[in-house]
Amino acid sequence: MSRTNDVAAKPLFSKMENFKHFLISNSVPIIFLGLSAFAIPLSGFSAEYLVQEMITRLARNSFLVLSLLVPILAGMGLNFGMVLGAMAGQIGLIFVTDWAVVGIPGLILASIISMPIAAFLGYICGNVLNRAKGREMVTSYILGFFINGIYQFVVLYMMGWILPITSPTLVLSRGYGIRNAINLTGMRHALDNAISLSIDLGSETTRFAISIPVSTFLLIAGFCVFIVWFRRTKLGQDMRAIGQDMAAADSAGIAVERTRVIAIVISTVLAAFGQIIFLQNIGTMNTYNSHDQTGMFSIAALLIGGATVSKASIGNVFVGVALFHLMFVVSPMAGKELIGQAQLGEYFRVFVSYGIIAVALVLHAWKRQQERERSRRGLRGEA
Amino acid sequence: MKDALSKFIENAGWPRIIIGLFLLFLFAAAPFVGVRVDTSLSDTLVRVGMNGILVLAMVPMVQSGCGLNFGLPLGIIAGLLGATTSIEFKAQGLAGFGFAMLIAVPIAAVLGFIYAQILNRVKGEEMMIATYVGFSSVALMCMAWLLLPFKSPVMIWGYGGSGLRTTISTEGFWRHVLSDFASVRIGEFFYLPTGMFIFFAIMIFLVWAFFRTKTGTAITAVGSNPEFARASGINVDRMRTVSVMLSTVLGAIGILVYQQSFGFIQLYMGPLFMAFPAVAAILLGGASVNKATMVNVVVGTFLFQGILTMTPSVVNSLIQTDMSEVIRIIVSNGMILYALTRKTQVKR
Repeated sequence: MSRTNDVAAKPLFSKMENFKHFLISNSVPIIFLGLSAFAIPLSGFSAEYLVQEMITRLARNSFLVLSLLVPILAGMGLNFGMVLGAMAGQIGLIFVTDWAVVGIPGLILASIISMPIAAFLGYICGNVLNRAKGREMVTSYILGFFINGIYQFVVLYMMGWILPITSPTLVLSRGYGIRNAINLTGMRHALDNAISLSIDLGSETTRFAISIPVSTFLLIAGFCVFIVWFRRTKLGQDMRAIGQDMAAADSAGIAVERTRVIAIVISTVLAAFGQIIFLQNIGTMNTYNSHDQTGMFSIAALLIGGATVSKASIGNVFVGVALFHLMFVVSPMAGKELIGQAQLGEYFRVFVSYGIIAVALVLHAWKRQQERERSRRGLRGEA
Repeated sequence: MKDALSKFIENAGWPRIIIGLFLLFLFAAAPFVGVRVDTSLSDTLVRVGMNGILVLAMVPMVQSGCGLNFGLPLGIIAGLLGATTSIEFKAQGLAGFGFAMLIAVPIAAVLGFIYAQILNRVKGEEMMIATYVGFSSVALMCMAWLLLPFKSPVMIWGYGGSGLRTTISTEGFWRHVLSDFASVRIGEFFYLPTGMFIFFAIMIFLVWAFFRTKTGTAITAVGSNPEFARASGINVDRMRTVSVMLSTVLGAIGILVYQQSFGFIQLYMGPLFMAFPAVAAILLGGASVNKATMVNVVVGTFLFQGILTMTPSVVNSLIQTDMSEVIRIIVSNGMILYALTRKTQVKR
């Protein structure tokens, strides 16, 4: 609790104006901080539980959310097509589970299998989006549904029939198609436990023991370094130029369409890895549902972290994941205490996930429209 | 002849022709796999009547350039409020159905007005925002269904004494009031819900007539070329507002027609994805992102609902597996995707 107050109080040391600017530019995270501050005492969860839960969820989700950054850099908005990558990751996991490769080698093998699939899907996605410039988000969103249909076709009908999957724990009793739930026993926490740290901060009276999956965080840190480095490369700079003005970038000799495809391919491949990390932490995979909400939850988390459709930083990712999942954990219990119905809190978090995306999209589009109108007024001159 | 054929293909578009042929094949194959054609046709027609007005609700917004109305759940919510209120007051029969509409339409108009104010500020990105406005309003209403002070024992959870159930039967209130009006039954298997079709036809006629009035023409002008419309003295934002309100009101009426035929009111997450089949249907009928006609509505609804009705029965008997769900996902989303990417836009 005291820690959350520190974050809000910090800018008070600077000038009033800076403070105002800080409030406005970080209004979304601040509102959620306030909501959490209100809901945490209501929920009655212990600090130990919440801290552990946040660490687990940061490790579980950060990689997925980070995969959204590259397309935003290229001005393509929120990549709702990241579910394509998630599906590729799941296909990798299905094969690896069938071959009974366990532990870290299993995860690496799953990543290797999913990589070309994700790259291929990303290539398709990028090309489709090039045909729908200006409405990338809705197109990538529908594309996610469309590829989901094809994913279901492949997993439910082709696997065990054309694609060799033999393990009876995976294949449905009818002889083909994958079961609804897959137990990833061999890979469960394989990455998390590779290097993990247990800290006991408790005194004799209070228990406060948390474990930190260091290896997962190392991987996430590596990813962050990659993003920072990537932004400085020629390709990263090209993407930034395209994101700012596609026509100008085009006349400057940047291969706009190709670069946009590359941005989506990178994002999709990383989302595949992200989904593998996510599922090794969860330990079971719902073959037909696990990827469904990946896109929405990741995007909502990023936006709650203060990102916009056109601007997102690594900081937004971590703040967003922490705040979004804090609300996720706390709200059902808070709803139960407040109204007597846990279901209410359940619906509240669904509402917030959808609502935050709606508000962020509206604010972004509104701002853009105002800028457009202002530039048009400028052309008209003095009347 | 060859020119005419290629022109027809160009006009109709490949996806539509493929799906049309597929549907034709399904009907032709039906007798050979032991599926009765008359039952299938009857089922298809019932579904066309059920879903028709929801598809019709796409037209005004498409015409005014607001794009496909992925925010249809907003209208559906108004319809649900009308339906639940009418049952709370034990309104029965045609009068009960009318009462539900009487409640639903003003709510839809108000919601549509607010929705239009949002959409007027985000021109060019309506579709994505509409989707999430629809989603978040459904989630908000989920909380409302739990908390609203409804008392009727047929609607609330038995054990808690509060909160509406997820599905509420309209039986004993206004189930089939439109469908059974002058309905025709031929033999054991064929049933035509005449009343529902008359109502559908009236709504189509009203929308058709509306687009021939001065306001309607102005809306079409705004959709075709907003700059030109503005230069001719049309208030673009007001026309868009009218079209969004009309779409939302049609959505509310559409869901009431759907419920009286289906026999159940689906609350909570029920309306979440209801926009997608309607969007897919009108696109299947030949509409594009910025132009839609009444013919598109009727043809599209028939094709889409035909596929939905026929694939489970025929395809399942053919290959002994249930692939209808996968086919539905691929066809409906593929159609939307095709429409979104069809017009190659010039580089900005």
